[in-house]
Amino acid sequence: MIPAAFDYVRAGSAAEAISLIGQHGSDAKFIAGGHSLLPMMKLRLAQPAVLVDISRISDLSYIKDAGDHIAIGAMTRHMEVEKSSVLAQHVPLLAHAAGHVGDPQVRHRGTIGGSIAHADPASDLPATTLALGATYVVQGPNGTREIAASDFYKSFLESDLAEDEMLTEIRVPKMNGAGWSFQKFNRRAQDWAIVGVAAWRGANGSGVGLVNMGQTPILASSVSAALAGGSSIADAAALAVADAQPSADNNATVEYRTHLAKVLVRRALEQASA
Amino acid sequence: MEIQVTVNGKKFTSDVEPRTLLVHYVREVLNLTGTNVGCDTSSCGACSLHLDGEAVKSCTVLAVQADGANITTIEGMAAADGTLHPMQQSFMENHGLQCGFCTPGMVMAATSLLKENPNPTEDEVRIGLEGNLCRCTGYHNIVKAVLAAAGK
Ligand SMILES: Cc1cc2nc3c(=O)[nH]c(=O)nc-3n(C[C@H](O)[C@H](O)[C@H](O)COP(=O)(O)OP(=O)(O)OC[C@H]3O[C@@H](n4cnc5c(N)ncnc54)[C@H](O)[C@@H]3O)c2cc1C
Ligand code: FES
Ligand code: FES
Repeated sequence: MIPAAFDYVRAGSAAEAISLIGQHGSDAKFIAGGHSLLPMMKLRLAQPAVLVDISRISDLSYIKDAGDHIAIGAMTRHMEVEKSSVLAQHVPLLAHAAGHVGDPQVRHRGTIGGSIAHADPASDLPATTLALGATYVVQGPNGTREIAASDFYKSFLESDLAEDEMLTEIRVPKMNGAGWSFQKFNRRAQDWAIVGVAAWRGANGSGVGLVNMGQTPILASSVSAALAGGSSIADAAALAVADAQPSADNNATVEYRTHLAKVLVRRALEQASA
Repeated sequence: MEIQVTVNGKKFTSDVEPRTLLVHYVREVLNLTGTNVGCDTSSCGACSLHLDGEAVKSCTVLAVQADGANITTIEGMAAADGTLHPMQQSFMENHGLQCGFCTPGMVMAATSLLKENPNPTEDEVRIGLEGNLCRCTGYHNIVKAVLAAAGK
């Protein structure tokens, strides 16, 4: 399988990338790791006329301690997130989740920015950064803006990003020693989660993100609200799907996903509270 | 578009269409057919090679994305005098292959794994090779070969 023909240009900076996308209009797309985009292009589900390669913008590949949060450049690859000692110390949930994306070959290419911009509800890092209360920094022709993860995901593979905007940084609050758990349920190695749960629980509350439980990654706010109100883990986990809209696919029916989400949220909260 | 790559220590300059996949470039332009295409959907790992020292699935990389890179394929693993790479030797000694179709990808993924984790446990080897499918061996001897190559 070979993608349909396209023109290829390489950007050296975010500003150049945004101006290139602006010049080529809605038929152009950014390519970072290419590990979501190229499979879609090979299947001809995507046929961009122009690819703007942003993967060599090396000043957007970093993981920095920024006081109350960790700042991660959009071009940072999954393997670097997984192996980061800064994240291991301050946001272990994210480093751990990144280690569960696909397989090592995928993690050598795919980027955190590409994963979030792609806005796939079945992907691990959108739901994980959502659970952690991350902020995404986006650059466009008229400057930068910050978007809360909870405002970013609009519908299936649709985000708040405009066509000429580029995700440049992901800001993730430090976990300050909170307990955490990442539950990924799949039947084949390297596969996407049938249902996944990213959860943390600490002195200032909790956060629960659900993978593959709706058209977008889901923040299970009802679960956190119940915990804050003094509910037991079992009672809170029973509300796992209150904010979700699971659908059926080849792997699971709605009933199966619903059951799985409740079980995995309970397990995740037990582990995060231990 | 013109690209320059170093493959198995040799420099090449080629004019490629942007949509050319790296695996097709390596197999059809450079005639290095040891890198296989199994699934063509980023799943099986048969097309694994090293891009700047790290295993990647070359069916999911554009040749133009590899411009300037240092690439090693299975053909570049043995020494110039034909002495097998220790990982290849270990696959042979431990019967880590049957039909051999997955083997180039397995060897490339396994050497990349040992570079990142020189002392893996059996579980770490199994998880580290989760991007590579084998339809013959049941993986047992592949894992044994990788552990043996790691000196276990
Ligand atoms: C075999 C396989 C298994 C996988 N398994 C998993 C899994 O288990 N869990 C999981 O979460 N993911 C999985 N993935 C997907 C992987 O994580 C991708 O790397 C990731 O989703 C996309 O990142 P990328 O850098 O490759 O983006 P690309 O494919 O380059 O881009 C994806 C989309 O985002 C846009 N884009 C990219 N970067 C930016 C940016 N900075 N600003 C604006 N737009 C941007 C592109 O235009 C494109 O539309 C798997 C992929 C493969 C091939
Ligand atoms: S051919 Fe590339 S992963 Fe199967
Ligand atoms: S040896 Fe035949 S596919 Fe692995």
